[in-house]
Amino acid sequence: MRYEKPQTVAEAARLLTGEKGLSRILAGGTDVLVQLKAGLVEPDLVVDIKALPGVRSIVAEAGGFRIGAAVSNAQLGEDKAVRALWPGVVEAANLIGSTQVQGRATMVGNLCNASPAADAVPALVAAGAVARVAGPGAARDVPVEKIPTGPGKTKLKRGEFITSIFLPARPPRSADAYLRFIPRTEMDIAVASAAVSLTLDEDGRIAAARVALGAVAPTVLLVEAAAKAILGSRLEDPALEALAAACSAAASPIDDKRGTVEFRKDVVGVLAKRAARIAYTRAGGQS
Amino acid sequence: MALDSHGKREFKQIGTRVARPDGIDKVTGRALYGADMSAPGMLVGRILRSPHAHARILRIDTSEAEAIPGVKAVVTGADFSIPDDAALADISVNVMARTKALYDGHAVAAVAATSAQAAKAALKAIKVEYEVLPHVTDVDAAMAPDAPVVQKGRSLESVPAGMGANVTHHCEFGHGDLEAGFARADKIVERSFKTAATHQGYIEPHACLATMNGDGRADLWCCTQGQYMVRTVCAGVLGIEASQLRVTASEIGGGFGGKTTVFIEPVALMLAKKSGKPVKIVMTRDEVFKATGPTVSTSIDVKIGMTKAGRITAGAATLRYSGGAFPNTTVDMGAQAAFAAYDLDAVRTVGWNILTNRPKESAYRAPGAPQAIYAVESVVDELCLALNLDPLDVRILNAARKGTKSSYGPTFDDIGLLATLEAAKAHPHYNTPLKPGQSRGVSCGFWFNFGGNTCVSLNINTDGTVGVTEGNPDIGGSRASISLMAAEELGVPYDKVRTIIADTASLGYNDVTDGSRVTFAVGLATIKAARDAIKKMCGRVAKIWGIDEDAVEWRDGAAHPAGPNAGKFPPMTLEEIAAISFETGGPIAGHYEVNADGAGVSFGVHLCDLEVDKETGQTTILRYTVFQDAGKAVHPDYVEGQMQGGAVQGIGWALNEEYIYGADGRLLNAGFLDYRIPVASDLPKIDTQILEIPNPGHPYGVRGVGETGIVPPLAAVSNAVSRAIDVRMHELPMSPPRVLKAIKAARG
Ligand SMILES: Cc1cc2nc3c(=O)[nH]c(=O)nc-3n(C[C@H](O)[C@H](O)[C@H](O)COP(=O)(O)OP(=O)(O)OC[C@H]3O[C@@H](n4cnc5c(N)ncnc54)[C@H](O)[C@@H]3O)c2cc1C
Repeated sequence: MRYEKPQTVAEAARLLTGEKGLSRILAGGTDVLVQLKAGLVEPDLVVDIKALPGVRSIVAEAGGFRIGAAVSNAQLGEDKAVRALWPGVVEAANLIGSTQVQGRATMVGNLCNASPAADAVPALVAAGAVARVAGPGAARDVPVEKIPTGPGKTKLKRGEFITSIFLPARPPRSADAYLRFIPRTEMDIAVASAAVSLTLDEDGRIAAARVALGAVAPTVLLVEAAAKAILGSRLEDPALEALAAACSAAASPIDDKRGTVEFRKDVVGVLAKRAARIAYTRAGGQS
Repeated sequence: MALDSHGKREFKQIGTRVARPDGIDKVTGRALYGADMSAPGMLVGRILRSPHAHARILRIDTSEAEAIPGVKAVVTGADFSIPDDAALADISVNVMARTKALYDGHAVAAVAATSAQAAKAALKAIKVEYEVLPHVTDVDAAMAPDAPVVQKGRSLESVPAGMGANVTHHCEFGHGDLEAGFARADKIVERSFKTAATHQGYIEPHACLATMNGDGRADLWCCTQGQYMVRTVCAGVLGIEASQLRVTASEIGGGFGGKTTVFIEPVALMLAKKSGKPVKIVMTRDEVFKATGPTVSTSIDVKIGMTKAGRITAGAATLRYSGGAFPNTTVDMGAQAAFAAYDLDAVRTVGWNILTNRPKESAYRAPGAPQAIYAVESVVDELCLALNLDPLDVRILNAARKGTKSSYGPTFDDIGLLATLEAAKAHPHYNTPLKPGQSRGVSCGFWFNFGGNTCVSLNINTDGTVGVTEGNPDIGGSRASISLMAAEELGVPYDKVRTIIADTASLGYNDVTDGSRVTFAVGLATIKAARDAIKKMCGRVAKIWGIDEDAVEWRDGAAHPAGPNAGKFPPMTLEEIAAISFETGGPIAGHYEVNADGAGVSFGVHLCDLEVDKETGQTTILRYTVFQDAGKAVHPDYVEGQMQGGAVQGIGWALNEEYIYGADGRLLNAGFLDYRIPVASDLPKIDTQILEIPNPGHPYGVRGVGETGIVPPLAAVSNAVSRAIDVRMHELPMSPPRVLKAIKAARG
């Protein structure tokens, strides 16, 4: 196994494209190293992206933020400006693992590990975040929900990798929230999760909404019917019930050791309701 | 040895919270655990395990593995003979399968190599040809007459004819006329329960370092609850003499009963023998879950009758336990413990053990008792609700006490149950009103406790300090308690005493650290060894003073003339006596050996407040208090720690912990991510109240406290959850999907 730490994007792309065997990109390593230790993957090449220019910084851009691919979740959590604009994204990223894991884990790693239960991803999807993909060709921007294609699989082509995530600007009276269900209080993996991002009009009615669900399908789901269910509402009970019902209906989970189909369908609706209420309050809505 | 008769002894050091002797080493990383020992030329040992729940082993081809550079030895079942003794034979077959793999994770071969990479490559290169057989992992399914047979011909004589081949053991306990008892009841409740197998969850995986020389002399360093047990078992499995094998116990990162047997040690010794080199084996977490002992999984029926006033008129239970692929008799303890808290005219329990394709059970804190008592206490709670009675009042009314003929036969001496129940009743916790949505659960618990074979040496050093040599690995703070008892008895300060744990060649035999026996039995032997040393010191002083030995008495760390008639001499301190010991007859040491009985049973009562999220089925524990009789709390911090630790493990068992098997009989959650022990943020601080009802069988009144604490939480939590959701729960764990399903089913 070879370990490389390229200093430029071009060099990283060249290394990854040139490798004939199996290669793995290394960000925080909190998935990769665990998989190596368990013998799940035996790569020939590991490319550490942490020395690429700009990957460790958070930069304001067009009213939003560009977050480097190697920014740890701990670093993200300490950024007051990002927290103020996208509290749901930051709370989702900060739920991952423990203090030790937070010091290394990244949102991009979370996204590219492509677990349906990844915590940061539903919040990024609800936020309409965009990933910047580099590789042998020109860089391109891809909405985050387009990156994972199934458990452990992404749309990234050979030699491609993500250099940053862009969180867009928001109108006033906007906020987001993320909730997951785990049987314990921490150090666990989501059995179901929901992220809600919304913008209110001046009357406190929901003018725009995005609802994303985790751990209830092979990839994170962006559920338009769920968003529609609360549009124009002030989250009155019927709207909340319609939101929950739309989420339960959209979910197509499996039975496994962590939960049953029935449980996941029920709970994802409950989480969506609760996340919507938090986002609504954060956006200044009075319920 | 009886409680000291000199009335209420005024202890000077017993009962103080002195600093633990192992603390600094442990927090600075200096303490040496199982995996921390190395030897020159040491090889890496690894074990190949069956991926099948049940399979005949047709052929094992190790030739390719042996050819890999760096591979120094490969062993399979063919390298081991089968010991005559049935229990040893089972251990031998468990550590290395012979004709059949009996569970997912059963060892089938092992390698020793110069590097971890070579060992890993060798495991991959071993070719095992299996014939996969039908398997069974559920205890009730395994009892059926047409179930797949795990092992043939293993039923003990206690099993009546006509039972399925997997039924290996049957037992019955009780007294009185059940029918008449039930006839007197105003209400009878009969229910069936299931509990999942749980793992002890110790943080330190099993690890050992073995060497065996050309002359057949072997040394083993390992993480265990009993080095003498390891010696007996390994010598038996390898067919060597006990004197040829010296076993040293490392520091231990938790055991809870799971390290009272061996898994890797005989394999490491065999690899060392074959390779001629030291071999270290360290289990992965996955191996720990798959191949070391979980507790039994159970299925239990309970029937109890009660009068309107709350008096239990009769109690009956049938318990079906499975301890995996090998016979065991843990159900005896469940069947004996089930009704132990109650004073009953009519009681009967029947137990069965059934084989399943699961790993061989190891002891886990009060083995067999939590499950049985969970079932009984659940039915008692249901009766209290139905009859509108206070659950503590009912338990006080029915409590076993001195003179009660216990449900398992013996008549109780001084026991602390009633005092414990009354303490719970008077405690602020029980008298704090619940807020809306909150509920409270109550349960009693019981454990037998144990004494056993014990041997202690106590050396008076020439500088006036004291060394205690004992033979029981310290899994719960025993070194501090032993030093305290030696200090108390000798009358020297605690920090003058150092207690060490000897290897098997340095001290006589000691039973394993189990049955909550160490503070009781080793403490007793330490006190006696101290008295032996005192006697010798008094003898030396008598010589110096030229008076009779009987005319010298020991007080406050010094020899004094026994009275005015003995003459007038200034007292001689231990330090002074020690300093001149070479001139008065040589070194001074005390010694004591005993097979201790009189351990004294132990009772506890737990209170649990919680709330259930009715939309997700998630339980949050809000307040929890443990009341337990410690006889005499030698070191209260450690006693509280045992009470809290037991409660936390029991809460985990009640809420989330379980062995989950797939349809193929493979374990799905062999890791701490999906085997969910509680994390710190899941729980409130566990409050404790120690009661001290002296044990008549110990000079200071000590009772074991290590196990009782895990018994009550299962029912305390289940009773509280059942009250919170208004649905009686019958199965553990009460994981959120199961609770939500129960809530929805009740809503219709
Ligand atoms: C103890 C523990 C607890 C955890 N708890 C949680 C939890 O609560 N919730 C949760 O969602 N996850 C959890 N995880 C998983 C993990 O921490 C997260 O998925 C984390 O976000 C991964 O980030 P990383 O930077 O460490 O990724 P890495 O391990 O470095 O990489 C993960 C994957 O992404 C790929 N990759 C990394 N960077 C790039 C890139 N720039 N371009 C393309 N591909 C890339 C890697 O090749 C790999 O396949 C936990 C892990 C541990 C060890």
